[in-house]
Amino acid sequence: MFTTPHDMSRRHFMSHLAGAAALTAPATAFTNSILANASDMKKRHKSAILLWMGGGPSTMDIWDLKPGAATGGQFKQISTSADGVAICEHMPLMAKQMHHMSIVRSMSTREADHMRGRYYMHTGYVPNPNVEHPSYGAVIAHELADQVPDLEIPPFVSVGSGSVGPGFLGMSWAPFVVDSNGNVRNLDMGIDPARMSQRLEMLATIERKFIGEKRGGVAEDHSKILEKTVQLMTSKQMEAFKVAKEPKEVLERYGIGERGGSGFARGCLMARRLVEAGVPFVEVDLGGWDNHENIFPTLADRKLPELDKAMSGLVSDLADRGLLDDTAIIWMGEFSRTPNINGNGGRDHWARSWSVVVGGGGFKRGVVVGETSSDGKEVMGEPYTSQDVMASVLKSLGISLETTFTAKNGRPMKIANSGKVIKELFA
Amino acid sequence: MTRVRLKWAAMLAVVAWAATASLAWCAGDESFGIPQVKFINDQVSAGWADAELEPSAEATDGEWCRRVHLDVIGRIPTLDELQAFVGDSSPTKKADLVARLLGDDAVDEYARNWTDIWTTVLIGRDVENDNVSRPGMRQWLRRAFSKNVPYDRFMEELVTAAGSNTNKEGIDNFNGATNFLSGKMEEGGVQATAKTAQIFLGVQVQCTQCHNHPFNKGKQNQFWEMNAFFRQARALRRFEQTMDIQSIELVDEDFEGEGGDPKAAEIYYELRNGLKKVAYPVFIDGTEIEQSGYLPGKSENGEAYGANRRQELARLIKASPFMPKAIVNRMWAHFLGYGFTKPVDDLGEHNPPSHPELLDGLAERFREQSFDLKELIRWIVLSKPYGLSSRVSAKNAKDDPTLGEKPKFSHFYLRQMRAEDLYESLLTATAADQSRAGEAAAKKKDEWLGQFIIAFGTDEGDDATTFNGSITQVLMMFNGDLVKVATSTGKGGFLDRVATSGGKNSAKIDALYLAALARKPSAKEVAAANKLIVDRKGDAIGALQDIWWAVLNSNEFIVNH
Repeated sequence: MFTTPHDMSRRHFMSHLAGAAALTAPATAFTNSILANASDMKKRHKSAILLWMGGGPSTMDIWDLKPGAATGGQFKQISTSADGVAICEHMPLMAKQMHHMSIVRSMSTREADHMRGRYYMHTGYVPNPNVEHPSYGAVIAHELADQVPDLEIPPFVSVGSGSVGPGFLGMSWAPFVVDSNGNVRNLDMGIDPARMSQRLEMLATIERKFIGEKRGGVAEDHSKILEKTVQLMTSKQMEAFKVAKEPKEVLERYGIGERGGSGFARGCLMARRLVEAGVPFVEVDLGGWDNHENIFPTLADRKLPELDKAMSGLVSDLADRGLLDDTAIIWMGEFSRTPNINGNGGRDHWARSWSVVVGGGGFKRGVVVGETSSDGKEVMGEPYTSQDVMASVLKSLGISLETTFTAKNGRPMKIANSGKVIKELFA
Repeated sequence: MTRVRLKWAAMLAVVAWAATASLAWCAGDESFGIPQVKFINDQVSAGWADAELEPSAEATDGEWCRRVHLDVIGRIPTLDELQAFVGDSSPTKKADLVARLLGDDAVDEYARNWTDIWTTVLIGRDVENDNVSRPGMRQWLRRAFSKNVPYDRFMEELVTAAGSNTNKEGIDNFNGATNFLSGKMEEGGVQATAKTAQIFLGVQVQCTQCHNHPFNKGKQNQFWEMNAFFRQARALRRFEQTMDIQSIELVDEDFEGEGGDPKAAEIYYELRNGLKKVAYPVFIDGTEIEQSGYLPGKSENGEAYGANRRQELARLIKASPFMPKAIVNRMWAHFLGYGFTKPVDDLGEHNPPSHPELLDGLAERFREQSFDLKELIRWIVLSKPYGLSSRVSAKNAKDDPTLGEKPKFSHFYLRQMRAEDLYESLLTATAADQSRAGEAAAKKKDEWLGQFIIAFGTDEGDDATTFNGSITQVLMMFNGDLVKVATSTGKGGFLDRVATSGGKNSAKIDALYLAALARKPSAKEVAAANKLIVDRKGDAIGALQDIWWAVLNSNEFIVNH
């Protein structure tokens, strides 16, 4: 359980810690952020939620069906709330929300290996042994963290999976990984807070000595993380992780019933709560899309109902609360699956022609961008890449595409790897 | 050219001088009389000269002692071990310590450490994968490392393993080595192909599974020709009544080929344009084996036919120059923090190594030494670069591989302990659990490690760890049960023994620092510690507990430096 300091005021406690733990940031900035007025939290801020489909979902069975084609598979398509947009019959609830979302059906990428694809789709860069690039979460958290100065939760939260790291932006922008129950392990300090702050002072003495000995950046990063941990341990904002506190009707909307619902459903609801609390970037993971065998029963009976319920719950909940205009949603995996159906009734890895789905934020909604050939094997017209999706998401959040980072080696790196905005996604 | 030649001339002159002036001194002190160590030192030093770097000073005895314990047996030294080394004035004390860590006294801990490392290499971190048995894998690895099985045989037993992967009741052909491949045989052994090439040859073929690779020379046929070596192997699952997998048996059977002619048992793969191509077993260097899918046998007229494709593959790997290069690179990266290439298991032509002559030369010497892993370890940890301080100087600050530069090893690169090292080190530093060998302890550790593992939801079992300096890790160090145990003040525990040892407070604080950090506290740290003693108002052991907690939570404790 979470312990709040009882025997002294929170402010007093934090001022102890500020002296002890704030090794890198000036102590005044640290204290100011604690004292900031809580009502500031209500002001508008931008956020993004990435629904990450680990394993590579077959988008031609979900968002871009080819009924009648030899490659078309077993599913029918149904019409949706967006004019002229049809999706898979096993996504009936999302069909009612498609006026909030847009489909890019002309993705064409080259990385069909899980780890490479995962890295590429998260960063906009192909893996390179000499530089680690920051992922969506790190970039967006880095660009938007200032908008909520009193945020005590890490600005990049990953539910259920690890996302991809902060690369050269440094550990301060690393994902904070929680499980879908919102349990954060080891949060309870279990001792008197006054004693904790004395321990932290001792610790700060040791840290300063080691940093002073010039052994590289690792030591400095460590003390920044110490600081963030202390902040987290004493924060009331941690309530945002407590999905179970939602009223029954909200839980049901996401498909969370008596038995607790799926981890993805809880993650989606947690994402909404975190966005409300001011967290700029949340990634929610749903794995199990690597369907080399028996793809159709797996999708129809398990994966699509799970996705449909939780994703539609999230989109409609954000819309009803007036949060959708400030919250971009991205649905994607590392790649898609072969149009040809293999001997095991499955589909293998395929990156050449596939779909991602975006919505909310500053995106134009209810449209389809691009198309694939009748067998799904080719993109017709202009193909789009990971960089292009990233550039578009950043634009939808009002982040300048002129932003340039400096990698550790001093090389300038344009945000989103100079991707081009997908014009059709903007009015 | 002139400049280079002159430099060589100058170096030769130095060597000649050394040979005449003080050969014995030089060999004894710098290379411990081991030619392979001298080879490493010469090669790395030449790199420093080329890059105009000056190496950092040598690490202190305490730092070196801590480092070599962590890297060889996976934990920090005990207070006794540290003091014995620091107090030893023998000129051969480093070589003596290494001999002890590689010898019979430490064999259980050595085997435990390398079993942990290779379990992750071979089957990943995911403890929930029921296509592998971690206990089975570990049992085999522990035996292999206890006996210091030569690396070529180690590879061969893993690649050719047949039998059952668990040691459950009613199973009579248990072979723990099968766990390397038991979970990689789906889809015709695609994962078996990729992982075997990556781990044992340092060749990344997996990207060429679907298409010719745009950045390296790998072609799609190479992947499928390697894959063809695994087509006689089958993974048979045996289920319990609950439908859980009880065991998986790896067997080799005649392979009739996808064309139905076992005498030329081919497989087919699809090009990106949809065309089908045929593949037979061909090794990465172009060596073909016979195309028959039959296992070896004799016909009625006594004529031998057939081949065991996995055994043929192991034979080819053993003969390949890539096998020793791959393991030398992996071991170098383990001890020095960076390999000669990054990633460590990609030795392709598109990814040139930082020290090609050193890599090739060490690989040759490793082969000459009959692939003895303990000898390879001895050469590396007794080398000059391994003995340098992690403190950076103005003369070598630009040697920073985190900037994307190739490593020059002019100072020791800081790196965090692995989660396994931390676990064992906390138990060691606090003497919390004296009976750490064996499977029961390994399972307990697995449970603890589980909190850091994140699976990516793919069929390939890709995973990562949050034990990477994250908030999750710091929370565990601040408040976790393991640290609570390590800092407990119970009777007979570490803190209790320090507290009741008599002596002055200053000696007790020294003991805590030495045990965790292998050094004594600075004046400022003594002052801070004394302040805590005052704060605790006579609760002496409580104050020691606070100091101990702070020391264990420091960056200095958790990094190998």
